[in-house]
Amino acid sequence: MARVSPLQAALALFVVLALVPPIALALHQPYYLTFLSRVMVFGLAALSLNLILGFGGMTSLGHAAFLGVGAYTVGILIQNGISNGFVHFGAAIVFGAIAALVIGAVCLRTGGLSFIMLTLASAQLLYFITTGLKQYGGDDGFSFRGRSDFGAWLSLSDDATLYWFILTWLALATLIVHRTVHSRFGLALRGIRSNEARIASVGLHAYRYKLAAFVLSGTICAIAGALLANVAQFVSPSYMHWSRSAELLLMVLLGGMASVLGPLGGAAVFMILEEGLGHLTTHWPLLMGLILVLVVLYARNGIAELAGGLRGRAGIVR
Amino acid sequence: MIASSALPLPARMNEPGSGTSASSDATGADTAAVLSVRGLVKRYGGLVVTQGVDLDLRRGEVHALVGPNGAGKTTLLGQLTGDVRPDAGHIYFGNRDITALPVHRRARLGIGRSFQITSVFADLTVVENALLAVQAHAGQSFRFWQRALDDTRHLAEAQALLAHVGLAEQADRLAGSMSHGEHRQLEIAIALAGRPQVLLLDEPMAGMGIEDSAVLTRMLLAMKGTVSMLLVEHDMNAVFALADRISVLVYGQRIATGTPAEIRADPQVRFAYLGDAEFAS
Repeated sequence: MARVSPLQAALALFVVLALVPPIALALHQPYYLTFLSRVMVFGLAALSLNLILGFGGMTSLGHAAFLGVGAYTVGILIQNGISNGFVHFGAAIVFGAIAALVIGAVCLRTGGLSFIMLTLASAQLLYFITTGLKQYGGDDGFSFRGRSDFGAWLSLSDDATLYWFILTWLALATLIVHRTVHSRFGLALRGIRSNEARIASVGLHAYRYKLAAFVLSGTICAIAGALLANVAQFVSPSYMHWSRSAELLLMVLLGGMASVLGPLGGAAVFMILEEGLGHLTTHWPLLMGLILVLVVLYARNGIAELAGGLRGRAGIVR
Repeated sequence: MIASSALPLPARMNEPGSGTSASSDATGADTAAVLSVRGLVKRYGGLVVTQGVDLDLRRGEVHALVGPNGAGKTTLLGQLTGDVRPDAGHIYFGNRDITALPVHRRARLGIGRSFQITSVFADLTVVENALLAVQAHAGQSFRFWQRALDDTRHLAEAQALLAHVGLAEQADRLAGSMSHGEHRQLEIAIALAGRPQVLLLDEPMAGMGIEDSAVLTRMLLAMKGTVSMLLVEHDMNAVFALADRISVLVYGQRIATGTPAEIRADPQVRFAYLGDAEFAS
């Protein structure tokens, strides 16, 4: 059987995704464009979470904090009349990295359950700070007009262009995560995940590697947040509520922690289920829970496993 | 069979501290010692687990550390690796005082180890296990772009290590799927990756059958002379087959050090091991 490498699979997926806008518009279904834009944004966030969760063994229940940092950065800048997209994304990357560095430096002093609780607490701290920003809508958040402005040659005000812009970031992040996971750094990171106690005795200081991965992950998630602000033209504290972090975790679990692309599929399935089940019944979280239980019981590596993309865990990183 | 000559191991047989010729230093350490312990004390509450232990691991020797259960062998070893912080005393690597160095720094200096309870990277393949150890010793691993497996120099070294311990055929298997004996072999490969000057072996034969135990003993014998080994082991056959010198630890104190013949004849040791038929043989 001919093997499709993950990069080839990713390339095929991104080509198909790139073809969506003209088709959706030709079918007069612009809704799908927006929906897929959101799927890609959350796929990007889940991809970033999986770098630390699936490959670094760090279960963060506060990853949505970085989504919020990116989104608020763009929202606040636009609200204050700064529309330059380079500034928006530059600032989102810088603030995302700083937030991840601070949160990671503290939380990674611990491990296991303490780490989960500390990441949760950090995100909730940011959540409550934003609810206190009265000039930016407090609890309710705020909507704004306009999107990141990259000059004449790239106008995000067009939904299709924004879609491709998101797709480009997603492809770039996928490539970066893929390369990182297979690099020397990635091998060290996977070694830490596999046996943290052993890593010191080969001469590596696990903390530094975990922190570097955490910062890279948080930064990518902040970019997802900046994109989310552009899609929604609305920012609110709910972006960084702990339940949002839990959703990101579920996307990763659904998609499969063992592969780079899995979380993207997980995000898609999660959001389609959310949409579909939401139409059927208001008690959709019940059905969602059931599905998650089934996935955990029967497909430990998520839909990536069901898709046949995995030949045991050895095949993950090939 | 173990191919001991297949690998230029270890390439670093020079002195640990620069310019430490055969001169004795201020600590009064054994002149030929690569690793020395002076007045080491470790207490857990009121229990003194290490009581003023002095110990010298000479360059190139296999030094066995034996003693009844609860003698404090593992705690002593833990202080050498850096996992356990001593309450008093000093540990020297060559001339350098490493008492305060953390685990990863000691590993970098050239102190390799194997664990009592097998500890490999179960989720990685066998060759990735070796490669990780090789690259860790080659410098930091903050390289984010180039594929680790594309580093031909490191990969060749990792494969040589695997060949050295007889696991060349298993390179692409998941480490977690291997047998207990193979795990031990892989552990030795990981421990050797840094071309250590010192190997600390914590009961390498534990849980092994006679067959596997003999394979490992032959492997360690083949390495003898190229690396100094401190061996904590209950298997007396292995100890007498391997050790140049033996130190006996009882209730946290070193009661004797000597050649296997001297130790066999030592009345104190016989007393401590009273009833242990293996010493009488």
